[in-house]
Amino acid sequence: MLSTYPSSLLLSRELPNLDYRLKRDRFDETWEAPLATLLGLGRAAGADFVEFFLERVNYINCLAEDDTIASISPRLSTGAGVRVFRGKADCYVSTNDLTFNGLKAALEKGLSILGLQLPAPNAYIPAINLKLLRDYATTKGKDSWFAGCSSIREMGEVLLDANQQLQLKANHVQSRRATYFRDWQEVLVASSDGTFARDIRLTQSVGFNLLCADGIHRTSIGQRAGSTSDPNFLRAWDYKSTAEEVAESAGKMLYADYVESGTYPIVMANQFGGVIFHEACGHLLETTQIERKTTPFADKKGEKIAHESLTAWDEGLSDSAFGTIDMDDEGMPAQRTLLIENGILKNFLSDRAGSLRTGHPRTGSGRRQSYTYAAASRMRNTYIAPGSYTNEEIFGSIDKGIYCKKMGGGSVGATGQFNFAVEEAYLIENGKITKPLKGATLIGDAQEIMNKISMCSQDLGLAAGFCGSVSGSIYVTVGQPHIKVDSITVGGR
Amino acid sequence: MTNIQELANYVRDSASQIGVQKFDIFGSSVDETSVQVDSGEPKQVKASNRSGVTVRVWNENNNVGVTSTTDVYPEGIELALKTAYEASFFGVKENVPDFSPEALAPITANTETTAPQAPVAELIETLISAEKELLAAHPAIAGVPYNGLSQRDLDRFYLNSEGATRHEARSYASIYLYSKTDEEGKKPRSAGAFRVSRNLQNLDIQACLQEAAEKTISHLNYEKVKSGKYRIVFSPEAFLSLLGAFSNLYNAQSILDKQSLSTPESIGKQIVSPLLSVCDDALHPENIAGETFDGEGTPTRRISIISDGVLTNFLHSAGTAKRLDAKPTGHANIGAKVTVSPHFYHVFSNQPATQTYSLDAAENVIFIDDLHALHAGVKALQGSFSLPFDGWVVNNGKRTSIESATVAGDFLEVLQSIIFVEPEAELTPAGVCPRIWVDNLSITGE
Repeated sequence: MLSTYPSSLLLSRELPNLDYRLKRDRFDETWEAPLATLLGLGRAAGADFVEFFLERVNYINCLAEDDTIASISPRLSTGAGVRVFRGKADCYVSTNDLTFNGLKAALEKGLSILGLQLPAPNAYIPAINLKLLRDYATTKGKDSWFAGCSSIREMGEVLLDANQQLQLKANHVQSRRATYFRDWQEVLVASSDGTFARDIRLTQSVGFNLLCADGIHRTSIGQRAGSTSDPNFLRAWDYKSTAEEVAESAGKMLYADYVESGTYPIVMANQFGGVIFHEACGHLLETTQIERKTTPFADKKGEKIAHESLTAWDEGLSDSAFGTIDMDDEGMPAQRTLLIENGILKNFLSDRAGSLRTGHPRTGSGRRQSYTYAAASRMRNTYIAPGSYTNEEIFGSIDKGIYCKKMGGGSVGATGQFNFAVEEAYLIENGKITKPLKGATLIGDAQEIMNKISMCSQDLGLAAGFCGSVSGSIYVTVGQPHIKVDSITVGGR
Repeated sequence: MTNIQELANYVRDSASQIGVQKFDIFGSSVDETSVQVDSGEPKQVKASNRSGVTVRVWNENNNVGVTSTTDVYPEGIELALKTAYEASFFGVKENVPDFSPEALAPITANTETTAPQAPVAELIETLISAEKELLAAHPAIAGVPYNGLSQRDLDRFYLNSEGATRHEARSYASIYLYSKTDEEGKKPRSAGAFRVSRNLQNLDIQACLQEAAEKTISHLNYEKVKSGKYRIVFSPEAFLSLLGAFSNLYNAQSILDKQSLSTPESIGKQIVSPLLSVCDDALHPENIAGETFDGEGTPTRRISIISDGVLTNFLHSAGTAKRLDAKPTGHANIGAKVTVSPHFYHVFSNQPATQTYSLDAAENVIFIDDLHALHAGVKALQGSFSLPFDGWVVNNGKRTSIESATVAGDFLEVLQSIIFVEPEAELTPAGVCPRIWVDNLSITGE
C-alpha cells in the first residue's frame, strides 16, 4: 500500500498516530514520506545532519569439495542504520526493524545518545524535502539482474565440472575446492541534505583452492575471480584455463625451497600485485587515517610522496570490476579520483564524516559492509597506472632478486608499517627467472617504499580482493602493471 | 529478545504449512553500545539491536537445507523456511547432518549471567578519562588513534522439532586502548591493550591503560635486530594466536575434509613437546563470554586436546563425532556445512620443568608480544608461517624494542621445540596461557 503524507503540517504529538505501511520487498518512492518525516524529526530535535541507510541482501554461497556439493548457504538480510551528527560528533544506530516505528526508535536512540531531546508535543515537525529519487537500479536496468543469475542447480553443475578439471590437470592432489558466491544488495539512502538515492549491486566471485601433498612437501594454492553487474558471470567463467593455471602453480610450488630472508630488489607481477599499493599507500590516503593521525601523508597534498614514475588512481567506474559502484553508501555518485600523479600526492579519499572532520572534499568513497556499519572512507578500484618500461627491461635491471608472481593478503598498521605475504615467488638471477621459492613475507614502511617503486611496465591488470577496515569487509579491486621495487625486506627462514 | 516459545510456535506452524516435519533453528540477539573518543571529545557512538536466525529443514528425502535471515518476523521466518526447503534438494547426499544426540541433554552450567548496561554518558566519560590519562603517561604519546569502550547483551537460543529448547543470556563490557608516539627524528611507535569483564564496573581500565602505556613507552628506543636463529619467548596472546591459526590440527571437520595437518589416526600420537598440555574449555571461570551450548544444542564442556604432548581429542560436531566414532564436544556452528571451532583455550604444563628460564636472566632472547597479519602470513595447510611481530630483544632483563622484523617457521616444529612453559598463566581474549619458550626460530630483521 502506498504511504501518504499527513494532510497538514505534522505536530510532534501526532507521530505515534502515523500509519506508514512500508513495502517489504522493494525500496522505492513510497519510502519518501516516512523517511522525510523521520529526517525532519531528527533535525527538529537539534541534529545537524541525519542519514538513513536501508539495505536488503539476498546472498548465496556454494561450495564444491572434490566431487560433491558440500554446502549451499543462502542468507537473507534486511536492516537499516541511522547516523546522526551534532557538530563533529556522530552516532550510528543499526536495527533489523524496518517498520516506521522501528526506524523511529533507532533515530530516537541516536538522538538521545547525543544528548538531543525530541520536540515537545506541540512542536511542528517539518518534513525534509527529499530530492527526486535518484534510482540507479531502474535507470540502468538492474531490477532484472537477480532473475538473470545462475540457479542453484547451475551453480552446482559449474562448480562440479570445474573441480573435475582441477583433478585432470593437477598432480598429488589432496583436496580440491571450488567456491562461488552471489551477493545481491538493494540499498536506499536518504539524508537531511535532501539526498534520496537507490541502487542495486550484484557482486559475484568464484575460485579454486587446491591442496597438493607429496610426503613432507605440501602446497596450497588459491585463485579467485570477481565481478559486479554481470548476471552471466558464473556462466562465463573459464574454469578450464583457470584450473590449468592453478595446477601449474601448485606443481611449481610443491617442491619449492623456502626463501632466504634478506633485503632484495623485487619485481611484483601485475593484477593482484597491486595489493602493495593498496596496503602501503591506499589506506594511508583515506581520511579515516587522517582523523586518527595514523598516516604520514596527512599534510603532504601537493608534495612528492612517491617515485616520479608512479601515478595511481582510485575509482568506482570500471566496467564490472569488483570494487565498482554507481553510488557510494552515502548516496554520492562514484567518481574517478587521481591519488598520485608522477609521485605528487593529489587527493585523499573522503566520506562525509571524513570531509567534515578533515576538510577534504567527498569523493564518493563512503562505503560499508552492511547496515551494521557507519560508512567510512574506503577504496574502490585502486591501481598504479601503466608506465613506459617493458617487462624485459624491468627483469633485466636485476642481478639477484625475487619475482613475486602471486600475492596473498596484507595489512598496514597505525605507524605506516605494512606487510604482505607472497603466495608464489621465484628467484631472479641475472635478469632471468630461475627457481621457485615459498614462505616469503614482505615488510616495509609506507613512506620509504613509495619512493622505491622505480619502474612500471605497460601491462596494467586488475584483480578482485576483499578489504577489511573500520566499516567492515568490502569488495575492492587492486591492480598495477609489473613493477620494480628497488629494495624491500623479505622475511623467510 | 524474540520470545523463543513464540518463535518456536510460528516456526512450527510455518513449517507445517510448507510440509516440513523436521527442522531446527539457532538464533542470537545482540544489544550493544560502543563509544570512541578523540582528543577529549566523543568521536562516534554506535548502538545496535539486531537479531538473526539460521533454520535447517530436512525434506522428505532426508536431505537438509539451510538459510540464515535477520528478519525474525513471521514473514521473514516463513521465507527462510521456504528458501531452506528449496535448497534442501541440492544439499549433501552423504553424511547428512542430523540433530545432536545431546540436544536434549541437561545443561548444568549457569545460562543467565547478565548485568545492567551503564548509561552511554558514563561510557564516554570513562573513555575520555582513560584517553587523557594515557596521553599524560609520557610526553612521547601523541594520540590514542584506536580506542573503544563497549557493552553488550547477548542472547542465544536453539530449538528443534523434537522438543529441544536452549537459551542463554550473557552481558559483558570491554575496552581497548591503542596509543601512538610522535618524537622528532624517530619513527612513530604504537602498542595497545585490551580488557573484558562482565560489566563496566568490574572492567579493569587502570590495568588496561597502564599496559598500553608501558608497552608503547617500551618501544620508544628501538633498534633493528640481526637476522638469524633465536630463542623465542611467545607472550600468551602471541602463542594463542598461533595455536588458533593452526587449529586444523585438532578440528575434526578439517581432518575429515583433508584440510588438516592431522589425520584420524593422529589421536594418541606424541605430536609436540611433552611439556605442553592444551584444553579447550568454554566453561572456564575466566571465560566471560562462555557459551553453554553450541550451534546444534550440544552442551559445551572442557576437552583435553593435547596432554603432555600427546594429541588426545579432536573438537567435534554431532556429524564429525558420528563419523569418527566419538562423542560431540559442543564445538559445532550450525550451517549448510556444519563447521567446528574452539571456544577458550587453557594452556599449561603437567611436567615438572627440568630446566627453568627467566626473562630476567636470559641473554639475547626475543620476546614476541604480538603477531600481526595472521590472515596473510599463515599457511595453515602447509604448517608454515612468516609473520611480522611486535617485541623486544631481552638481555638480562633489559628489553630493547625491535624496529621491524618477521618470525618464520613450521608450527609443528615450533611445538616440538618448546623448552619451557612458564608456570604463571595470563588471561587473554582467546584463553588462559603462560609464556612459552621455543628454541631456534628464524627472525628476519636486517
